Formats: sequence, structure tokens, C-alpha cells
Amino acid sequence: MTLTEKILARAAGKDSVAPEDVVFAKVDKLMMHDVSGPGVIKVLEEWKKKGTILERIWDPSKVWVTEDHFVPASDKISANNIISLSKWTKRFGVRKHYKYGMGQYGICHTLSHEEALVLPGEVYVGGDSHTNTTGALGAFAAGLGHSDIAYVLHHGKIWFKVPETILFVLKGQLPDHVMAKDIILRIIGDIGTEGGNYKCMQFSGEVIDRMNMEERITLTNMTTEAGAKNGIIEPDSVTESYIRERTDSPFQCVLGDGNADYLDIHEYEVNQLEPIIAKPFSPANTCTARDVQGTEIDKAYIGSCTGAKLADLRAASRLFKGKKVKVRTEVLPAAQSIYISALREGLVEIFVDAGCVVGPPTCGACCGAHMGVLGPKEICISTTNRNFPGRMGDVESQTFLASPLVVAASAINGKITDPRDITT
Amino acid sequence: MNHLEGIVHKYYRDNIDTDVIVPGQYLKIHDHRELAKHAMEGLDPDFFKKVSDGDFLLCGRNFGCGSSREHAPIALANCGIKAIIAPSFARIFYRNAVDGGYLLPIEVDEETCRQVENGNRIIVDTLNSKLVNITQGRKAYDIKPFPKIIARIIEAGGLINLDPQKLLDT
Repeated sequence: MTLTEKILARAAGKDSVAPEDVVFAKVDKLMMHDVSGPGVIKVLEEWKKKGTILERIWDPSKVWVTEDHFVPASDKISANNIISLSKWTKRFGVRKHYKYGMGQYGICHTLSHEEALVLPGEVYVGGDSHTNTTGALGAFAAGLGHSDIAYVLHHGKIWFKVPETILFVLKGQLPDHVMAKDIILRIIGDIGTEGGNYKCMQFSGEVIDRMNMEERITLTNMTTEAGAKNGIIEPDSVTESYIRERTDSPFQCVLGDGNADYLDIHEYEVNQLEPIIAKPFSPANTCTARDVQGTEIDKAYIGSCTGAKLADLRAASRLFKGKKVKVRTEVLPAAQSIYISALREGLVEIFVDAGCVVGPPTCGACCGAHMGVLGPKEICISTTNRNFPGRMGDVESQTFLASPLVVAASAINGKITDPRDITT
Repeated sequence: MNHLEGIVHKYYRDNIDTDVIVPGQYLKIHDHRELAKHAMEGLDPDFFKKVSDGDFLLCGRNFGCGSSREHAPIALANCGIKAIIAPSFARIFYRNAVDGGYLLPIEVDEETCRQVENGNRIIVDTLNSKLVNITQGRKAYDIKPFPKIIARIIEAGGLINLDPQKLLDT
């Protein structure tokens, strides 16, 4: 069995499972945020009217909540959503509620690894499509909608069709100025936005062995853009020390069998890989940064669960040091803990000296909700994960997706720039 | 739910994503009727006005890709859309539509999508796995039968209505 099959077999209480089997899996962890949370509460209210009442959550210690999409509250409706979410977590005894402005909080997918809220081998469901992110820890992590999350709150279980696994073996040595973001954009460009639909995308190989956890997370995070049910990486010493630095909770790493069956195995030699960009209006619409070099931009954005981890900020700061930006540039660390580290390491000073605005952790502009949305025909280069029409604002705006290095280089030049062309 | 009749609204393009179905700025809204007003706003701001109760949406491959927002099937269902006809669906949209009991995701082949026209009156007959086009002289097209678990959830009117003990009964 593959790693995903083994985790799902255990969760379903079976000796083995195979792709296409439908299992009823026990859930180890559940997450919802200030968009999916109120949506789930609404579903629970509708069910209550029909006689299905949630008296208690199956296990409040396995549930955690964060405020990330509409913080700081953009208006009365989003403020009210946060109030109702707070009442709900209090009523149902959910202690892990990461609140805006009260210490640690941040983008849900970032907190899940920053706080080690999910452990290797677990089944983790979240009310957000990028829940796939956390598979980098060696867990089965999949996004669900409001009704499914509400169902898990009742029963502690949910049905899954066991996915086939596509294995991506990454070989060689990543060149300077090329990051995990370039790898995953290249892969999505190759397989398309439907290339992983219903499937598991697993990453392995010597590139992964040498890669730090935050870069691994960029890979699994964007498996969502290929439609994947989950993304996953086998846990190793990097995983173990990452978790150990954050929690004393016991965990058991699960590994796939040596003779596991994969739907497909794609080998990538990364030695010659260049900085990659996804042009509007699809994450699969890729080319090299050189191909679109010189494209004028209005804004550069370093934020989101994909591109505002500490490793991303460190990378961008190397280019910004001693430079000035030529377009409006925003840097929003993905969690408060990352903000604090960036401050202590002097990264925030580098960003503000370069002219960037450094803002609070929020999903706001990434999903076109608030906190810096794009106007008509504006062009943005962004470390985020999606660039569908209207994703970051007006339906006539355009977003180019890229690594933090490409975004920083482009901010400095005011046009799309290959980071290898910036002298530091 | 196994015999539906209505008018087709054809938006035949691939990868119609959730940012188009319900743009991000409306994610804070959880009132279903209010959400309906913004359905498909990224593609056609007048969509809400064009649709009547019982109508169908016909689209291209990978319908509903993108985010897990359940706002997407909720907004479409509350416009009156009873089924979406497409060659394929993104997984979370498909799940949300079925598990929430909002509308039916109907899979057909690409040729069927090309032949069925905007404004056609059709019957979606899931019992016999047929799409019958009344406007085209009752021409019948095949629809892909639902997998067993999906059929069971649809029949129950949503996942919550199904006894967990019976979910996986064969």
C-alpha cells in the first residue's frame, strides 16, 4: 500500500484498502476558519430545524479554529461572523481558537504546521481547499465543505474514496534562485488543473530529502490547484525534528510499502529548472520568468499559506536588502509567529526600508476579499496560489503567480524580472 | 430527484472555478438567498435574473475547481438550478453538491455538451441514466450512472439524512 492507503486503512479499521474503495474513516483532527466556520454553523442550524441536533462535538480536543480570511474584520458582516464563531467555540468547548489580536493566530494551513496541530499518520480534514498543505507532515490532509465538516463534528468520521497515488520523484540539485514554488508550478503546468483530480500527489526523491519543511509545504499546498484530493510526503528526520521542536505529543510515522502501486510515476530532473511563472488566468498557464520578462506590473504581493512562511520571507529579504521597490508591494507574514521571527531577524526592517508595507497575517487579498484588492486592469505578481478571473479583485485584473524571489525581483524593477538578474 | 425537467443555460467552457461562481468578497455572506444573487457573477452578472426554478446549467470540464466554498452549490441551487451537466467536476464541488443535498452533478460526454443548446428544454432521468432533449425531438443522450455511495446519499437528500451504519452497506 502507498502511504495514503495505509493511513486510510488504519482510519477505517481495515488491514488493507485499494484505490476506488469507499471507506468510512475516523478523523484525527478537524479545522475550520472564519469563512467555513460560520458556514458550518449555518448548516448545523438547518439540520437542527429538521430534527438533527448537535448536542456535543464528537471530540472538542480534536477541533481547532482560526480567524484568517476576513481579519481584521472588513465590515459589519465579517465582524459578526467572528462574534458568532467565538460564541460557538465557547458553547462547544473548543479551546484551540486562534483569535486575531490575541497572540498567535494566522492562516489556517500555516498554523497547522507552525503549531504542529496535525501529526504524521493522522487523518486531518479542514474546511478549506488548501488543507492539502499539511500532507507535507506525512498526514492524510483533505479539504471538505461545510456539510461534510458539520457531519464530522457529529460523527467523528467521514467517507472517502481511496485515491490513486501519482508519485513525483524529484532528482538532482535545485539551482540558486529556484524554489519549491517553481517546481510545483512546473508540475501543474505539465499535468494541468485537472491532472490530479480525485488523486493523491506524492513527492519524493533526493530533492525532497534535502528540502526544509516550509519548502515541502509549498509543494503539497498547490496540489489543490491540480485538483488533488491530497498531497503527501513521507515523514523523515526533517519531519521528526520539525514536529519535535513544536510539540511533545507522541506520534508514529507511517511509511508506504516498498512494493506499493502507483498510478503513475513522474521523474523530474531539477538541475536545469528555471524560475517559473503562471500567467493569468490559470495556475497551469506556465512559462519561465524569462518568457515574460519586462511585463509591467502595478503591484507585488508576498503573502498567503503558499508564499509567506519564514523561508519565503527570508528569500525575498535577500533581494530587497538595500533596494527600493518601484511598485506598491505588500508583505503579509502567514502567521503571527512568523511575523515575530521576521521582526527579530531584521527582515521586517529590510522590507519597510525597501518601501514595502508589512501587514498582519490574513488571507484577505489572496482571495480578493479585502486588505488590498486589485482594481480594473491592474496587474499583480504574487506568491499566492490562484489566478482565476477576479481571484485577487476586479474581474479584469490579472495575477501572475511566482516564487517569493521572482516577486521580490519584480517589485524592485517594477516589471516581471528573473531573480538571477538582480545583483545583491 | 430522479426525473427533472427544465431549461438549459449553457456556459460551455472548461475550468469554471469557484472564484467565478461566487467571488471571494461574498464569502462572508451565509444567507442563501443573498448568495444566490451573486451566482456566476464573475462570468455573467445577470445570471441570477436569467434562471428560473428547475433550470439546468451546462458547462465544460472540471466544473467547480478551486476552493472548497460550499457557497458555490448553495448559490446555484438557490437560483433554482437543479442539476449541473458537465463532462467532469472538481472533487470538492461534486462532494458539496451531493453531501449537502443541494443539486445534482450530472456527468455526460463532451459530444453531448456540444450538441445540447442553450435554451433547450430537457429531462434529466437519473433512474434510466438518460438526458432527453425535448426541444431536439426527444433525442436521448447517455448520462454516467452515479457511483453506489453517491446514489445512496442523493436518495437520502444529503449525507446527514443517511444512517452512518448504512452508509457503506452493499
